[in-house]
Amino acid sequence: MYNFDFEKPTSVADAVAALAGEDAQALGGGQTLIPTLKQRLASPSKLVSLAGIADIKGVCMSDDGQVCVGGATVHADVAANAGSYPALAALACNIGDPAVRARGTIGGSLANNDPSACYPSAALASGATIVTNAREIAADDYFQGMFATALDEGEIITEVRFPVPEAANYQKFEQPASRFALVGVFVARFADGVRVAVTGASEEGVFRWSAAEEALSGNFSADAVPAAPGADGMISDLHGTAAYRAHLIAVLTKRAVAACG
Amino acid sequence: MPKDHGIGASPKRREDVRFLTGTGNYTDDINVNGQAYVHFLRSDVAHGKINGIGTDVAAAMPGVVRIFTGADFEGVGGIPCGWQVTDRHGNPMQEPAHPVLAQGKVRHVGDPIAAVVADTYEQARDAAEAIELDIEELPAVVDMKAALAEGATKVHDDLENNLCYDWGFVEENKDAVDQAIKDAAHVTTLELVNNRLIANPMEPRVAIGDYNRATDDSTLYTTSQNPHVIRLLMGAFVLGIPEHKLRVIAPDVGGGFGTKIFHYAEEAFCTFAAKAINRPVKWTASRSEAFMSDAHGRDHVTKIELALDKDNNFTAVRTETYANMGAYLSTFAPSVPTWLHGTLMAGNYRTPVIYVNVKAVFTNTVPVDAYRGAGRPEATFQLERVIDKAARELGVDPIALRRQNFITEFPYATPVAVEYDTGDYHGTMDALEKIADLSGFEARRKESEAKGKLRGLGVNCYIEACGIAPSNLVGQLGARAGLYESATVRVNATGGLVVMTGSHSHGQGHETSFPQVIAEMIGIDESMVEIVHGDTANTPMGMGTYGSRSLAVGGSAMVRATEKIINKAKKIAAHLMEAAEADIELKDGQFSVAGTDKSVAWGDVTLAAYVPHNYPLEDIEPGLEETAFYDPANFTYPSGAYCCEVEVDPETGKVTIERFSAADDFGNIVNPMIVDGQVHGGIGQGIGQALLEGCVYDEDGQLLSASYMDYAMPRADDVPFYNVDHSSQTPCTHNPLGVKGCGEAGAIGSPPSVVNAVIDALQSGGHDVTHIDMPVSPSRVWAAMQG
Repeated sequence: MYNFDFEKPTSVADAVAALAGEDAQALGGGQTLIPTLKQRLASPSKLVSLAGIADIKGVCMSDDGQVCVGGATVHADVAANAGSYPALAALACNIGDPAVRARGTIGGSLANNDPSACYPSAALASGATIVTNAREIAADDYFQGMFATALDEGEIITEVRFPVPEAANYQKFEQPASRFALVGVFVARFADGVRVAVTGASEEGVFRWSAAEEALSGNFSADAVPAAPGADGMISDLHGTAAYRAHLIAVLTKRAVAACG
Repeated sequence: MPKDHGIGASPKRREDVRFLTGTGNYTDDINVNGQAYVHFLRSDVAHGKINGIGTDVAAAMPGVVRIFTGADFEGVGGIPCGWQVTDRHGNPMQEPAHPVLAQGKVRHVGDPIAAVVADTYEQARDAAEAIELDIEELPAVVDMKAALAEGATKVHDDLENNLCYDWGFVEENKDAVDQAIKDAAHVTTLELVNNRLIANPMEPRVAIGDYNRATDDSTLYTTSQNPHVIRLLMGAFVLGIPEHKLRVIAPDVGGGFGTKIFHYAEEAFCTFAAKAINRPVKWTASRSEAFMSDAHGRDHVTKIELALDKDNNFTAVRTETYANMGAYLSTFAPSVPTWLHGTLMAGNYRTPVIYVNVKAVFTNTVPVDAYRGAGRPEATFQLERVIDKAARELGVDPIALRRQNFITEFPYATPVAVEYDTGDYHGTMDALEKIADLSGFEARRKESEAKGKLRGLGVNCYIEACGIAPSNLVGQLGARAGLYESATVRVNATGGLVVMTGSHSHGQGHETSFPQVIAEMIGIDESMVEIVHGDTANTPMGMGTYGSRSLAVGGSAMVRATEKIINKAKKIAAHLMEAAEADIELKDGQFSVAGTDKSVAWGDVTLAAYVPHNYPLEDIEPGLEETAFYDPANFTYPSGAYCCEVEVDPETGKVTIERFSAADDFGNIVNPMIVDGQVHGGIGQGIGQALLEGCVYDEDGQLLSASYMDYAMPRADDVPFYNVDHSSQTPCTHNPLGVKGCGEAGAIGSPPSVVNAVIDALQSGGHDVTHIDMPVSPSRVWAAMQG
């Protein structure tokens, strides 16, 4: 690890100010950043921990019935407190291991946008709103490819607002080593249609499987899930070929739909 | 009633008190006053010519004490290889130099180029980044068959090619085997890969070199399974330090699995550098470094043919194996695919003729050496897979086919030069059939089908050669070491004992099980016995722990030394009771005179030995301390039969282990609980190899599975509860305890049954799949199902 300065502000405003310096980096739970630093693959001049900002922690319901998760809320808190959105709580409950869930945050996960992370699929399938210190970003506009998001330099995720679907389910097929999603599919059925988001599979990161959304919006049953998408653009690595990942998308979508009941 | 004391009892492991309460003393826990830290700058290319190493800027950085490169080691010996294999034509293997730090070329990702010693570890790392490397990248050879092709890039320019040796065994049988295969009623052929593994002990390797200028003594603290071997190899062959000026200490070691047998460059470096800078030097491997510098395991590519007559009797086995040596020869690497592999190809079966061909190949990868089982898992896997395939081709029951061909008479001389002393293969198979509930399988298969899963059952047998090994025999086979073991038993004045053993415990529980043996022999409580190991200064010269040898060889040395103690104690007791020595009996810690009520306690005798007021000084010396060296007459041959039941999810290809049963014959057993634990751990590693673990290089020699993000270690939820049985016992005939060794059995015996079960499941679902290479990952199963 290289040397860096460290700040732990207690307000969003102070955090934004602290991040204004050159090469400053926000630190959520550090579940990706700390190993990266330890391997000397990143050298921020300053780390600004968001863990001291009480305002952006915790889970609550908004007046319009959305589940609102503070950006610095750890997975374990979502698992325990997002009971009004059971599929979201279940997803959080299955990220990593207990140590990861005690430290990792939803804001950190969404800001990093790892192509195999779980949370991006929930945000995208739910049509969540990513709230930052500066603005509100619709999930459909937020994810912009592997490790790429709409966030500007120094912008902090303060809250994520999840509309609660009528039914939803997340199916994760684990990569055997990392236990990240080799493929993960989040299906959310709303009154006005079905959204299906896929993580782990695409070289472009999380994406909506529109063919499945259309089919399921007309007939929400496992039998209605279309044939697997093409393998073009899917990730191929030690743990699975592009064709295998494409195949899993259909399998997991069926299972998610079936689990929605 | 289970015993609560001595041999056959299961006292809890006394060493676990310190391991489980964080009070162990591992090498990284040791800090020597004034120590500096070394960071190794390692090659990030698989093959390259070193044109220059610029250290001026780095050397001037804060805290840097000194930077070493290959040039500093020009007058120093290389890392030696401890085994010379002779090839089919009677020629010695090709043996390249293995410098401590790279000289002229780098030959694998992770090859150390320079070593920066600084006041802190971070300063050493900072300075290493400032070293200016001029390395001209060369084409790498990774695939073994490509490495042997005409005109292939050579890993070592001064060798003829990349072939370490082409070994044939038994060469005289080759023609007979070829003929038997030609004459066979049926020949089953299988091509397979025994996947390359990275051992990943929980504790990474650590070395601390210390030098005392006043006495000219060097000390190395290291994570080793065999400190005496390290002292001999490093002292005699690398650094030229005589044993009496070199002490090697391997304290608590957090798992070895073979990969901590070998002498590594970092050990020699720290010892050398401590003297050069007159300051202790400490190195602790990061996990990333462990992946690219610990010796890897397995990595065989094999074709095996099994010939059968019209009655399904095995008539011949022929194999051709390519065995990866990596870029350099690690300490025992040449012996693994040869003498630890070819000699086991008879398995549990009466196959009259066998021919094994092994081509050992240099590649631009990390050196490969022994990993739990070492050669025997590779032999077992191919043999038990090809038998299963044959049974399917012939439409016969795989257990019946095995039983039909079992060796039933002992001793049995195999056609591959070893003699099994004892065994009862029908007995272990009977035990397996009982615990595995084979008759309930069809019902369980139906339950799985109802869940949409394919259920499969796989069985295999195994035989291993343990208790390594008769020194005169291994000497003829090319070992550059003897493989005896030693023990000194010191009885204290008040009756307690200390056993100083050349064996080394790094998870095996010797501190608990060895005292049980002594307690049994003398009739005292185990708590009166303490085991000392791991320090060359206070243990007799011994060869350490690997090859399931500690109890069979080290324990036998301890028995021999204790027998000497008892014989001397009887002389003292005879004197104290004014009786004839021949009439003295020892039972429950009391010496008595046969046929009388005269007796004297163990403690009275031991006190007399050290306070010899009333003592036969004219006949025997005071004191009670004896040493024995034990050289085994033969290997031991543990054997067993294993059964695995899997479920395969036909939609995803994911395999889950539903049941696992292991029936082993380890001969006599000292601590059944520890034996259970050894088998459990071994099966866990075997399941890891079968389903999860795979070390992968790309074609440029980059290590793709370089961290736990991509190298899948088995976790608790990957393995089932195990049914383990060791009631089938045929004691070893040639060691005093009748023990065979249990440390590697699980890792040797489990992979074939897992793969056999997966094939059974897929075939039951109508899929024409005859083999899937390990690790049998979901994606591979799915791909196989696609045809």
